[in-house]
Amino acid sequence: MADITFDHVTKSFSGEVFALDDLTLHVPDGQFLILVGPSGCGKTTALRIVAGLERPTMGDVRIGEHSMNGVSPRDRDIAMVFQNYALYPHMTVFKNLAFGLKERHTPKDEIKRRVGEVSAMLGLDEMLKRRPAQLSGGQRQRVAMGRALVREPKAFLMDEPLSNLDAKLRVQMRAELKRLHQQLGITTVYVTHDQVEAMTLGERVVVMSAGKAQQIGTPQEVYRQPANLFVAGFIGSPAMNLLRGTVMDGHVVAGDLTFPCGDLGTQDVVVGIRPDCMTPLTGGRPTVEFQVDVVEPLGEQVVVHGSVAGSNVHSGAEEMEEIPLAIEGSRAAATAVFEATSEPSPGDRLRLGVTPERIHLFDAHTGDAIEQTGKWGAG
Amino acid sequence: MTGQPLAATAHEVEHLRKRERRFLFSPWHLVLIPIAIAMLIPLVWMLVTSLQTLGETRQYPPTLVPHTLQWKNYSDVLRLAPFGQWFLNTTIVTVAVVIGNLLFCSLAGYAFARIKFFGREVVFILVLATLMIPFQVVMIPTFLIVRKLGLIDTLGALIVPNLAGAFGIFLLRQFFRTLPVELEEAARIDGASRLGVLFKIVLPLSGPALATLAVITFLWTWNDFLWPLITIYSPSHYTLQLGLTTFQGAHQTVMNLLMAANVMSMIPVLLLFFIAQRYFIRGIATTGLKG
Repeated sequence: MADITFDHVTKSFSGEVFALDDLTLHVPDGQFLILVGPSGCGKTTALRIVAGLERPTMGDVRIGEHSMNGVSPRDRDIAMVFQNYALYPHMTVFKNLAFGLKERHTPKDEIKRRVGEVSAMLGLDEMLKRRPAQLSGGQRQRVAMGRALVREPKAFLMDEPLSNLDAKLRVQMRAELKRLHQQLGITTVYVTHDQVEAMTLGERVVVMSAGKAQQIGTPQEVYRQPANLFVAGFIGSPAMNLLRGTVMDGHVVAGDLTFPCGDLGTQDVVVGIRPDCMTPLTGGRPTVEFQVDVVEPLGEQVVVHGSVAGSNVHSGAEEMEEIPLAIEGSRAAATAVFEATSEPSPGDRLRLGVTPERIHLFDAHTGDAIEQTGKWGAG
Repeated sequence: MTGQPLAATAHEVEHLRKRERRFLFSPWHLVLIPIAIAMLIPLVWMLVTSLQTLGETRQYPPTLVPHTLQWKNYSDVLRLAPFGQWFLNTTIVTVAVVIGNLLFCSLAGYAFARIKFFGREVVFILVLATLMIPFQVVMIPTFLIVRKLGLIDTLGALIVPNLAGAFGIFLLRQFFRTLPVELEEAARIDGASRLGVLFKIVLPLSGPALATLAVITFLWTWNDFLWPLITIYSPSHYTLQLGLTTFQGAHQTVMNLLMAANVMSMIPVLLLFFIAQRYFIRGIATTGLKG
C-alpha cells in the first residue's frame, strides 16, 4: 500500500506534442482516483508513466517514498488492468492468475492459496481450467481484475477496464469495483472517458484536457463548482447549457434571460445552466423562453432539446460526433430536464424558470469560473 | 406432409453444395493442370530411372516405363557409398541450423520489433539489405572467416555461418509486431523480464511463424550444395547433396544409382513438405520472399 505522487510530470512525443503538461498530483494511500477526459487528453499516458511503460520527459513519479525514474515495471509492485484485458491467450485462467506470482518465485502452495482466494472472491472457481477464448466478456474482465488482485500490489492502475462491456454488465461491474475497493482499500488510479464512471466510482476526480489537469476535486466539487468552461461542459449529462452573456449594472443578460449577479463590473461572461435547473415551475424566478425541438421521455424525467434566444459557447469538451440540432438564426441550442408530469410536444414554446443560485458564470476570455457568493456548495 | 420432404431436400441441397465445393471446376484448371504435369515430369523421370538398369538409362529415346523394377539399385547405393553417414551428417547440420535460426532470429526479431534503441531502423535496413546480396559474393569472405575459425572440413563449417539469417529475423519481426503489445506490457508489470516476456509470452503465441521459419530453414539447409562443396573435402563429412555427386563422374554418370540416391535424399523433404505445406506457403506469402 502506498501513495502516488506526480511531481511536475511532462511527457512529449517527438519533442513537440505534449501528451502530459506539467502534471502535479498526489494520490493519498488507499484513495480511488479517477483520471477523466476526452480521448487524447493524456490520461492514459499518465497511467502508463506510473506503470513504467512510458518514461516522463521531465518530472518525477513517486510511489511511496521512492522515485520511480528508471525503475522497471516489474520492480514497481503495481498491477494494471488493460482495456482489452491483455489475458495471456495460451494459458488457462489459473495460469493467467498465477503468472505474476510465479514470476516472483512465490512458493507453489502459496500460489494455490492466493489464486483460490481471488477466484472465490470473483466467482471464477468454475473457469480455472478454461482459456480466455472460452470466456465471455464479463468473465474475461473478472480474470483481468483477478490477475491484478492476486498479486496484492501497492497500487492498482486501470485503463478503461469497463469500456468493452455491454451497458448492463458495465453498471454491474462498476458496483463490484467499488465494493472491492471498499473492501481492500488499495490505492487505485482509474482512467476513463466516461464521466458517469468518474462520478460514481471516484473518491477524487481529475478532469484532464490537452495534457493538463483542469480541475482536481471530489465528484461533487467538479459537478457543483466546475473550475472552468471545459470542466463545466465535460462533467454532467446531458451537458451544461452554455450561453453568451453580458454583465451590466449588477445584472447578467443572456438572450431573454436576465438575473441579478452582484457587483462584477461590466464584462462579457459565459452563463452556464445545468439542464435540470430549467424547469416549468416559474414561481418568481428568472425565466427564459424555450422552443421545443425533440422530446426524450425517460420515465420519471423527460429530456427536452430545443433552443433559447442568444448564442452558444463551446467548452472544448464537446464530442466530435455531436451533431448540432438545426437551430434557426440567432438562437442557441439548449437542453432541459424536468419531471415527466408535463410532457411538451415539438414546436411548443415553454416558459422555463431558472434557479439563479445554480447558474454558473465564467469569464468569456479565460474560461475560468467567476466566484459568486450564495451558491449551493460554494459558501 | 409437405414439411418433411422439403426439409430433406434442403439437407440434400446442402450436401450437394458441399460436394460441389470439393470438385469445383474453374477454367484456370485448364492452365494449371498442364503446368502441374510439366512440374511432375522430372520427378517421375527420377523415380523411373532409379528403378531401371544402367543400360536402360542410356537408351534413346528414353523409356518412361521400365521393363523390370531394379529395387536393388537402392541397396547398391547403400552398399557402395557411406550413404547412412551422409544422411546423418545432413541431419545433424540441418537440425543444428534450424534450432540456431529459431533461437537467434527470435532474439534479434524481437529486439527489432519491440525494443527501442538508437539506430534500430538503420541496423534493421542493413540486415534486410543482406538479403539482396547473392551468396556468391559473400562466399569467399565467409570461407576466409570459417578457415580462421578452424572449421574447414568439419560440420561446423556448415552450421556456424548459418545459425541466423536476415530472412528469419525479418519473418519473425513482422510476426511479433502483429501480437498485441498489451500482452507484453501486462507480463512486464506482472514481473517478467524482457527475456521472460519473449520466452513465456511471445514465442508460445508465435507457433505458426516459428513453424514457417523451421520448415523453410530445413529445406534450405537440407538442399544446400554450393557451400558444402567448397568447405568439405573428406567423404566422411559429406552431406547428402555432396554425396550425390560421387555418382556423377567426369566421363560417365551412374544415372540409375544417382537417381535412387536422389529419391532417398528427397524423402524427408517431401514428407516435411506434405506435413507442413501450409506454413511453407504462408512464409512466402507473408514475407514476399522466395522460400
